[in-house]
Amino acid sequence: MNDMTPMERNVETQDIKIEASNVQVHYGDTHAIKDVNVKIEDKTVTAFIGPSGCGKSTFLRCLNRMNDTIQTCRFTGKILLDGEDIYDKRVDPVQLRAKVGMVFQKPNPFPKSIYDNVAYGPKIHGMFNTKSELDEIVETALRRAAIWEEVKDRLQAPGTGLSGGQQQRLCIARAVATKPEVLLMDEPCSALDPIATAQVEELIDELGQRFSVVIVTHSMQQAARVSQKTAFFHMGNLVEFGETGQVFTNPKDPRTESYITGRIG
Amino acid sequence: MSDITQGKHSGSLLTQSAHTKKRNAAETRFKAYGIAAIAVSLLMLMVLVTTIVSKGLGAYQQTFITLQVELLEKKLDKKGTRILADIKKVSTFGYAPLIKSAVTAKVEELDIETGLKSKQLVGLLSKGAAAQLRDFVVNNPDRIGETVEFRFLASSRVDGYLKGRVHRDSIANDKNISPEQLDLVDALIAAGVVEKTFNIDFIIGADASDQRPEAAGMGVAMLGSLSMMLVVLALALPIGVGASIYLEEFAPKNWITDIIEVNISNLAAVPSIVFGILGLAVFINYMHLPMSAPLVGGLVLTLMTLPTIIISTRAALSAVPPSIRDAALGIGASRMQAVFHHVLPLAAPGILTGTILGLAQALGETAPLLLIGMVGFIASNAPDSIASGLMSPNSAMPAQIYEWAKRADPAFYERAWGGIILLLLFLVTMNTVAVILRRRFERRW
Repeated sequence: MNDMTPMERNVETQDIKIEASNVQVHYGDTHAIKDVNVKIEDKTVTAFIGPSGCGKSTFLRCLNRMNDTIQTCRFTGKILLDGEDIYDKRVDPVQLRAKVGMVFQKPNPFPKSIYDNVAYGPKIHGMFNTKSELDEIVETALRRAAIWEEVKDRLQAPGTGLSGGQQQRLCIARAVATKPEVLLMDEPCSALDPIATAQVEELIDELGQRFSVVIVTHSMQQAARVSQKTAFFHMGNLVEFGETGQVFTNPKDPRTESYITGRIG
Repeated sequence: MSDITQGKHSGSLLTQSAHTKKRNAAETRFKAYGIAAIAVSLLMLMVLVTTIVSKGLGAYQQTFITLQVELLEKKLDKKGTRILADIKKVSTFGYAPLIKSAVTAKVEELDIETGLKSKQLVGLLSKGAAAQLRDFVVNNPDRIGETVEFRFLASSRVDGYLKGRVHRDSIANDKNISPEQLDLVDALIAAGVVEKTFNIDFIIGADASDQRPEAAGMGVAMLGSLSMMLVVLALALPIGVGASIYLEEFAPKNWITDIIEVNISNLAAVPSIVFGILGLAVFINYMHLPMSAPLVGGLVLTLMTLPTIIISTRAALSAVPPSIRDAALGIGASRMQAVFHHVLPLAAPGILTGTILGLAQALGETAPLLLIGMVGFIASNAPDSIASGLMSPNSAMPAQIYEWAKRADPAFYERAWGGIILLLLFLVTMNTVAVILRRRFERRW
């Protein structure tokens, strides 16, 4: 859309991809997310920042129901994806996760070949009919993840043999291969060196033009570099949410300002 | 502490401080303990292996006496019709005279001076010689009338004499053998009639009665063990792995699963004889499965092996990093797909090792077999089918070894050691297979 002029956009009239309202999450006795309301736009990179343990990762994992796998985790509230409540009883989380892909903090390729890593998602979702179609899906995904040139000659080599940055881009390719509408990234660069980080950030920027990307990050510079919108979490509360430029230069809440200037966190 | 209070850090690095010396001495001592422990266990192992091999190898060799037996028609087939039913009517007693005359003829042919009566001459042969002869005739009725060369097993005393177990001075009170007989044996050895050779029957044969230790073999008991292992593998592996996958990957963590978990750990420590009496009560007395059957033995050993397999499988599953599960779930795999496509292949080497360890444990188990009647003299021949192998009475390798070890004749003692060699070979083979499979699975991706 009009990513080039983010400051001029009117938030409310943008295409809303995800709308979370009154989200509460408990881990056992811990109240991890306290009444969070947020609207995440399509074709936008949204960054979640905040000190460790503030709930940003927890909230991210709510968006594709990965928290379902944690037994003590209780969720209340509503998250609408394209107007449909993903916590509705009729929703199968497996189907949801095909739409809402995820990239994790530590690169976690399967101990299989590079090709199989990327092909796994399309295989389980039955996204192709012929081998050549699958080849095409794999190539497209690897190209989107900006790793095709590096691995095209060794697609049958194990994915775990790549460097950290390549592994993370492989994981991104794997997530992209299932053609998600939303891509969640949980501190995708925290285990990477600066060069690999720069490559992944560039990639995030590109991906943000295709679909909605939500990224959790510890690095405020990274949030400022890659995102159009920023949400600041603190102690389980969504303290501030707005245009990235505004949050970083002119925060409305004193806590945001303290965090950005390095006084808390 | 003393370093800090006395400010020793200012000293030269080229000389060791008292504290450092003490620390290094402690480390050296600890290494010495470790090396000593390893040396002791290696020594024990060497003693064990040497003892087993030196005592057991004798069982793989047996003394044979070669004789030419004339298969007299008038004794074996009076009517001369060669009808099998008629030939079968002649019992082993009917064959005894043939052997007697064959031995006498041999002694005369070799021109050996001996004051022994023909009964004592026959005493050199195994008591199974007549049965061996009869088996041959029943299978080859057309050879009646010919003179055929046979290799008969020597009696256990003669065998013991050749192996150095029986001496002239040790047989003073032995009514089974006399010094005159040994003189004859010496003469026969010189003539090449008596010789000691490799005895395949020990590996493939069946157990024999107290009177014929020279004929006893491990083969049928090995088949019994094999059938039990098949039952254990077919039941314990799927049940154990299935239970572990459910408990580890799907089951909610609550007090019920906690209780199950504690009980599985406890079951692993239950003495195996308890499983034996359970098998007796449930499988034999209640379900009326046959006594002494490898099927029942396999069921009992399955119960015994299950906890081992479940515990090792769960350990292998929980050792797979959670990031792999996250990765699979994150791209929309279902729980089951995540487990079967990614977690299970990674856990397979561990599961395999656990299973083979459990099988090895089951293979060496004797106590539960006592209670379901698989220990004792079970006069059975090799089963003719898998079903009869499972249902007809049989023994198992460790039970057979125990049975031989408690019999009176020292010739059985040697066979017990020989059986242990076979059992250990089995275990070593299983472990080798485990290692090879592990390697292959690990290399597969």
